Amino acid sequence: MARMKFVCDAERCIECNGCVTACKNENEVPWGVNRRRVVTLNDGVPGEKSISVACMHCSDAPCVAVCPVNCFYHTAEGLVLHDKDVCIGCGYCSYACPFGAPQFPSAGTFGVRGKMDKCTFCAGGPEANGSQAEFEKYGRNRLAEGKLPACAEMCSTKALLAGDGDVVADIFRNRVVQRGKGAEVWGWGTAYGSRQAGQPPANGGKS
Amino acid sequence: MMRSTLLICSVAISLSACGDKPQSAGGVKSDVAPYQGVNNKFAAPGWKAGDKTSWEQALKARTQNTQNEYTRTATK
Repeated sequence: MARMKFVCDAERCIECNGCVTACKNENEVPWGVNRRRVVTLNDGVPGEKSISVACMHCSDAPCVAVCPVNCFYHTAEGLVLHDKDVCIGCGYCSYACPFGAPQFPSAGTFGVRGKMDKCTFCAGGPEANGSQAEFEKYGRNRLAEGKLPACAEMCSTKALLAGDGDVVADIFRNRVVQRGKGAEVWGWGTAYGSRQAGQPPANGGKS
Repeated sequence: MMRSTLLICSVAISLSACGDKPQSAGGVKSDVAPYQGVNNKFAAPGWKAGDKTSWEQALKARTQNTQNEYTRTATK
């Protein structure tokens, strides 16, 4: 099996925030912590693009490199997980992460900042799989239940893909080949149907 | 007297570092692979806990079945 990966299809994401809600509900994430969020570029402008962002479970993760107490670990599935019993809440990982994945609850027993919380790819933490202790610290361990992350499984347009990297890449590649690329994949014509939709622009003009 | 006092002081200073406690809190204790399964009623059917191959196949099938609508429409 290849490494587990997320891919968000910017052509499909409709900024519904269903993934964010699914994540918060499945893992009972506290107020002030968003393991996943939707980012929109050129909001309100025709052709705006949205993507759902969380921990990308980097192969060469900067958070792992900067952690002074070595609380992170890579699993055999390529996931970047962490041990909250070891975390000291220093925030270095937050500064190092290019995606803003590490989150810090504002309340808790470890001062104002609290221990770091982030997306686990619904794979829990070091505690026993599916145990109450694991759930309270990291949320559900869906991977050990033979399921995929709740955010991707709940995505209404299947913009957010998660799973084995090879399978996800195949799905995305096939999708792009089927639908084409560029301006013909969005807009009124594609949404409501027209003879012009999906056709190359006439006379070399913009579609 | 002076010599014994100096000796005691030097021994006390040289051994003072021995009182430092080892800082072994860093690092992760352990984690169990997800294919070992969970001991609850929420596990998806179609694979056997502890069997890595069956877990991988079940997960790949789930990825295709739930996220690839081209496969789903092609089978109809």
